[in-house]
Amino acid sequence: MSTNRPITHIRSRTAVLAHENIDTDRIIPARFLTTTQRDGLGRYAFNDWRYAADGTPDPAFELNKTAARGCEILVAGRNFGCGSSREHAPWALLDFGLRAVLSSEIADIFRNNALKNGLLAVVLSESEHRYLLANPGIELAIDVAAQTIELSDGGRFSFQLDAFAKHCLLAGVDQLGFLLAHNDAIGQFERQRGEAA
Amino acid sequence: MAARTLFEKLWDAHVVKAATPATPGILYIDLHLIHEVTSPQAFAELRARGLSVRCPERTLATLDHSTPTAPFDDLGQPVYASEEAAAQVGELEKNCAQFGIRLNGWSSEHRGIVHVIGPELGATQPGMTIVCGDSHTSTHGAFGALAFGIGTTEVGHVLATQCLLQNKPKTLAIEVDGDLPAGCSAKDLVLHIIGQIGVNGGTGHVIEYRGGAIRALSMEQRMTVCNMAIEAGARAGLIAPDEVTYDYLRGRPYAPQGEDWDKAVAGWNTLASDAGARYDRTVHIDAARVRPTVTYGTHPGMVVALEASVPLPATLQERRALDYMRVEAGKPLAGMAVDVVFVGSCTNSRISDLRDAADVLRGRRLASGVRMLVVPGSLAIKREAEREGLDQVFRAAGAEWREPGCSMCIAMNGDLAQPGQLVVSTSNRNFEGRQGPGARTVLASPAVAAASAVAGCIADPQSLLQEQAA
Ligand code: SF4
Repeated sequence: MSTNRPITHIRSRTAVLAHENIDTDRIIPARFLTTTQRDGLGRYAFNDWRYAADGTPDPAFELNKTAARGCEILVAGRNFGCGSSREHAPWALLDFGLRAVLSSEIADIFRNNALKNGLLAVVLSESEHRYLLANPGIELAIDVAAQTIELSDGGRFSFQLDAFAKHCLLAGVDQLGFLLAHNDAIGQFERQRGEAA
Repeated sequence: MAARTLFEKLWDAHVVKAATPATPGILYIDLHLIHEVTSPQAFAELRARGLSVRCPERTLATLDHSTPTAPFDDLGQPVYASEEAAAQVGELEKNCAQFGIRLNGWSSEHRGIVHVIGPELGATQPGMTIVCGDSHTSTHGAFGALAFGIGTTEVGHVLATQCLLQNKPKTLAIEVDGDLPAGCSAKDLVLHIIGQIGVNGGTGHVIEYRGGAIRALSMEQRMTVCNMAIEAGARAGLIAPDEVTYDYLRGRPYAPQGEDWDKAVAGWNTLASDAGARYDRTVHIDAARVRPTVTYGTHPGMVVALEASVPLPATLQERRALDYMRVEAGKPLAGMAVDVVFVGSCTNSRISDLRDAADVLRGRRLASGVRMLVVPGSLAIKREAEREGLDQVFRAAGAEWREPGCSMCIAMNGDLAQPGQLVVSTSNRNFEGRQGPGARTVLASPAVAAASAVAGCIADPQSLLQEQAA
């Protein structure tokens, strides 16, 4: 998977998981990490919330509710994605059908992993975040190039996005190509250090 | 040149290409640690693109996460929890062989948890940049190395280019002064710190731990403190190298030898933050206020001293956590019944941790119904513990003495607790289900874990240790 699908616009109703500090063990428990693939992990997304002990879907879990079906935008409580560095977390969310995660705070490694895989991870202000938490199911239109979110009730938020991450999302390119293009600079750095030592 | 922090010196020395408004910086990586769980997809990517590993000699592999820690079978073979786990280990063996990477596999005397063996071999050195597809890579920061966890895509980047794209994080100084009270360990200190600054207190920052109480820690204790920097959300934890660091590293297999050693130390001595260097934030911690500390909730910031009462929940979230843990607010955690005790993980599986646990257990038995696993961090630690007779202490007490690995820290190798069981664990994460679906985790030091195993409930080791001395 050397290139991702370009991400320019995402339009969807929101699903809300208001819990704070949703860690990556919650997003995909470690016992599902014995795979050597990155595909097909969606069935394990939020596994221990989604399913009761007997393996049937838990109707009380927000993402199992009818209203959440088909939602591509997740609004999550503060400090989403904390904990382990497992990239299986964004892989599972993407495979589950999500394309964007919005919160007032997103853990560093998760955010990085998400953006590298074309899962838009957006940090909103406290008040914007509170508003979305309080209005589950609202329709949002995210414009990556403009860095804006239009709300179906007329509101409009703008968000920060690292310039390079944005470029990669819009063009659907991955970052390894960029690094490989700097092969000469890397070699020169190695030689200079070798001489200095 | 302006006064610089330790972090800035490490960063500056590794910038291949500085960041521009349109692109992140390119950072050179000195040491890349890999393991079976977060590397297979990265190697698949290399193959798909026809790329090779740029610096196999800067890459070090081990088996730890899904690797069994149960005793070998009658034929001397490891017993995997699943075919998938066995296949994952097989995949790493194949990848290392194909790409020329050193693997501390089953036949190696050096196998063990990735963050334990790096330091133990002397591969981890001051001044380095170190990454691994595991968030507790922050452990290596105890040596004055910039060390952080990465995702699998980035594992592929480092394999192919020995570099990463990075935006510069901010700096957070945690000044720890005062003396850590007797009977308190580095684990108590770091749990206390996370309780103070919160599980997101370090987000976007690299922490530098400073001050007299940090200087007074041994190397193993410093690793425990840096290990959990990520539990405060930080990218990395750092401690400036000093004589304690050099005494630990001297003579280790991968450490510089002879003249090279002296040259290396001269360089390492320049790494400490300059007087007057500025941090984005500073937090002060008084070590004298630390008490034996455990977690009572479902993230590592929900901590309480053993002697204190669990605070009343302030949010819905906290109430849910108390419900999950079946913990009562307003009461101390001490006395709560324990099912399983786990001594291990890259936080607390080094020889000093095993000695701490053995000191409490010596001449005692586990309370009836308690299961205890002692999982050394590496084969070298296992051998050392056996030389010292610690394994006998554990076995005589009724605990299981295992092969090295991550084991119940991440519970993906078959070592796990049953739903509802309470585990006192020396690891680093007490998230819901981390140690098995429905399992409840209380994070603690090795001494508190051992005392709880003997008492059958969460207990302070002090009275047991005093009894022994008397
Ligand atoms: S012991 Fe736990 S935290 Fe450490 S490397 Fe293994 S799984 Fe990660």
